[in-house]
Amino acid sequence: MRKQLCDALVERSAYPSMVFLTGDLGFMALEPLQKAMGSRFINAGVSEQNMVSVAAAMAREGLEPWVYSIAPFCYARPFEQIRNDVAFHGLPVRLIGNGGGYGYGVMGPTHHAIEDYGVLLTLPNMQVFVPVFDEDVPAIIARAGESKGACYLRLGRGEPPKGFSVPRYAPWRQLTDGAGPVVIAVGPLAGTYIEALLLTPEEVRPCLWSVAELPLSMHPMPEALVRQIAQVQSLCIAEEHVARGGFGSELALHFALTGTMPRRIVHLHALAHRYARYGSQHYLRKQSRLDPQSLMSAIQDSGSTL
Amino acid sequence: MLKIDALNKTRSRLLTMHYASGVGHIGGNLSVLDSMMLVFHEYLKTNDRFILSKGHSAGALYATLWSLGRLTDEDLKTFHKDNTLLAGHPPSEGIKDIAFATGSLGHGLSLAAGTALAWRIQNRAGHVFCITSDGEWQEGSTWEALIFAQHHRLNNLTVLVDHNRLQGFGSTEDVASMAPLWEKLSGFDVTVDVVDGHDLPALRAALNKTSSKARVLVMQTVKGHGVVFMENKMQWHYLPMSSDEYHLALSCTDGASKVASP
Repeated sequence: MRKQLCDALVERSAYPSMVFLTGDLGFMALEPLQKAMGSRFINAGVSEQNMVSVAAAMAREGLEPWVYSIAPFCYARPFEQIRNDVAFHGLPVRLIGNGGGYGYGVMGPTHHAIEDYGVLLTLPNMQVFVPVFDEDVPAIIARAGESKGACYLRLGRGEPPKGFSVPRYAPWRQLTDGAGPVVIAVGPLAGTYIEALLLTPEEVRPCLWSVAELPLSMHPMPEALVRQIAQVQSLCIAEEHVARGGFGSELALHFALTGTMPRRIVHLHALAHRYARYGSQHYLRKQSRLDPQSLMSAIQDSGSTL
Repeated sequence: MLKIDALNKTRSRLLTMHYASGVGHIGGNLSVLDSMMLVFHEYLKTNDRFILSKGHSAGALYATLWSLGRLTDEDLKTFHKDNTLLAGHPPSEGIKDIAFATGSLGHGLSLAAGTALAWRIQNRAGHVFCITSDGEWQEGSTWEALIFAQHHRLNNLTVLVDHNRLQGFGSTEDVASMAPLWEKLSGFDVTVDVVDGHDLPALRAALNKTSSKARVLVMQTVKGHGVVFMENKMQWHYLPMSSDEYHLALSCTDGASKVASP
């Protein structure tokens, strides 16, 4: 998504108040943005804490700061700066974390971001964007740009099957249709399930929904989805994020508080920060049983017909 | 020009506020009060900004704002009490002159540098003043901010370091010595001055200098300054005053600062 990100930010940089700060990342990716923005493109160096506070101050002065780094360096290292200087003051700083989830795969656990949005969504008025497809990025940059409060973009890699026609961006989208159980996947993970689900017969095919904006309280489920869950009473939630603080827990609380808990619920999530062996994002997803095959097995194991 | 009477009256008001609320941290408020009052009364103009990085000196800031009529006596009476605007550390909203909630050390200089660079981008005039503690220079983020300020040659930024040499649980030299601190700071591309933080003419002379770079004033100060029995005593970093101590303190605050004509 970095190419789409760069293009969208170049377009956004037409706003004279926009400033872009990077923690020394963007080689072979963000040069066009650097060229377009001149002195408003600031390489803040390897100093994420300072970078976030600087961005907070700039937002207070009426500028539109965007902060970019590899995902964990963007939210974990400077968490206190995000909390105290950005969130406590309600300042619209836009944090972009590249390689969300297991995106940096074999680079190792220091580069993984599998607790990012759970941690950030504990802060007041924080909004999170998890683009599902590369094509979502321009719309998300526009929405984040207009945001009145702080937000975090978890940037990944769109993985729709070949020939799939990506639907126009919306926080919630239905990607497959059928009479089977409902599957909700956060971000790009949704795209990885489409092919396997389309191979199942329509009468048992799961209805796959993607969600790209969190928290749920800011972006409630569309009515069609609520109806489907009420009807089939079987739901699978998949997210490349640890269970604690994840989307699944927020959704389960919503069901509990509204008395709408479906009879069967399966939660697939990132299982571990540390593994005995490392590998690509696909390898680590499989280790966490987040790959398409594991999804199908989990649905079957839950008692749903496929 | 800041009058010594105003300074002494504010020092007394600060002591009264802390005593009435049963609040400690008075030592580090007294060490920074002279310079803070000077900056607010003589240097800080409408377009300028002040950021208190050492948020535990909120009392000095509230008292200074009181001395300018921006907080009332009634406001100060609520200090540290339920339903107050005047929290133990500067709050994020409610007081126009306070731009940022501070209190966790190592944030203020970055916020000041960000403000200074924002104003340059916006072609806005104005100067940013930031007061840090000395123990705060043990925070890595403070050095990140200094690197940023020197790299961007933020000549619209002045940092005042309250170098009172006593921190939370020992002296700066005993805990994590960087002595002499100004030599470390001079290794960066900023203009460094070392000045007696209670000598108003000397502070003025340093503040009046112009520079093409960010400026750092290392202010040699005395914790508990102006209250003889508190001076350079570790316990006044934390402890509230007893009734006897409060009355004794009030009786010895007059004429503490050096006020030779500039």
